[in-house]
Amino acid sequence: MSDITIKIKDREGEIHEVQAPTDMAMNLMEIVRSYELAPEGTVGVCGGMAMCASCQCYVVSDHELPEMSYDEDLMLAEAFNVKDSSRLGCQIQMTEDLDGLEVELAPEV
Amino acid sequence: MIKTDILIIGAGPTGLFTVFEAGLLKLKCHLIDALPQPGGQCSEIYPKKPIYDIPGFPEVLAGDLVDNLMKQIEVFEPGFTLGERAETIEKQDDDTFIVTTNKGTKHQAPVVAIAGGLGSFEPRKPQLENITDFEDKGIEYIIRDPEIYRNKKVAIAGGGDSALDWSIYLADVADEVTLIHRRNEFRGALDSVEKVEELKKLGKINLITPAEVTSLQGNGQLEAITVKQKPDDKEIELELDHFIPLFGLSPKLGPIANWGLEIEKNAIKVDNTLDYQTNIPGIYAIGDVNTYPGKLKLILCGFHEATLMCQSAYKRIFPDKKYVMKYTTVSGVDGFDGSRKEAEKAVVKSIK
Repeated sequence: MSDITIKIKDREGEIHEVQAPTDMAMNLMEIVRSYELAPEGTVGVCGGMAMCASCQCYVVSDHELPEMSYDEDLMLAEAFNVKDSSRLGCQIQMTEDLDGLEVELAPEV
Repeated sequence: MIKTDILIIGAGPTGLFTVFEAGLLKLKCHLIDALPQPGGQCSEIYPKKPIYDIPGFPEVLAGDLVDNLMKQIEVFEPGFTLGERAETIEKQDDDTFIVTTNKGTKHQAPVVAIAGGLGSFEPRKPQLENITDFEDKGIEYIIRDPEIYRNKKVAIAGGGDSALDWSIYLADVADEVTLIHRRNEFRGALDSVEKVEELKKLGKINLITPAEVTSLQGNGQLEAITVKQKPDDKEIELELDHFIPLFGLSPKLGPIANWGLEIEKNAIKVDNTLDYQTNIPGIYAIGDVNTYPGKLKLILCGFHEATLMCQSAYKRIFPDKKYVMKYTTVSGVDGFDGSRKEAEKAVVKSIK
């Protein structure tokens, strides 16, 4: 299990290239929080239950992502600023095949 | 003016447990919360989700934890100001504080404990042009008094528990209830979804899915909304008296940020070596709202912080009184309602 590299564009438009561990059961929302790429309290508000959409992001690269769960799909159905490329960061687990993933954080609402 | 010993801002698990610890010290508490019900995030966001790290509870639903806390503190008769957000704080000459809510309710106490979690929950507003023009003029984001919908035409938008539950409730109160959601599927408890389905069949709820509200019409007061229904983008004009978008709530630190408290990372800095007091003596911050080196936002940490904070509050209110902490098993619990709970006395019987 090795670290992977993820490119994250924050809400101010700045791009961060960060290393994400694949052996700590971490998801993309937690990576964003661990690198403090968005102020505390503005991302991952529900703690990762797919219940608040504060970790919504747009997937820019063409990686094949895990299929959306029912919960994620329905949460996005109630979120704002949703695009076809929208996913909830808390539902994307860091795995080796996501090396090079590029995402953009959706605006805060 | 509401007067109390400890004014608690935030009625989540940490704020509620504070009432118990304060009660053991014979201190009275009053709680303010922006939400219409106690429990904070546990009630508002995930009442039906399990928590596994409350000591002594291998598993407990967040909603049940709140119910248990309410039962535990009942004998200490806490006061509640619900559905109001603490707006301003003013220090008085006698070292007490007056906290005023957005509705103008005033509270006075020598100790203020901020247990505000991630802040006060503000409704997430759909991005519709001119929506602010109709706020409280036909558009409400939170239902505070269901009676205002009696015999009215009402539309609710959203797909979660609150949209479902209020549609069910208002089906009996309002003249007409329409539920609009972007999907055919709902994200609520199964029995709520089934109930809505049943009411739809009875013609008591008018369901429009998958659909979205696209515009609002009215002259000063909301009169109609336009709903666009998929797959062919059919536009439906709906005449109504009230439109209630229920898209959940998101927490904002809000006015507390302007109280002169030291803020770091959207949280209030406190002294974690002693009593979780802020930079203003007499104002404490406990639970998820505070920060200090190594802080963990866990309910169980909030309980611990509340306990230490109450001991400090006691010393602040009664600086000259001697006191040592007592075990509830030894001293029992004397409620302010006159009730007493105590360990059963062992029966001594001689053996002949």
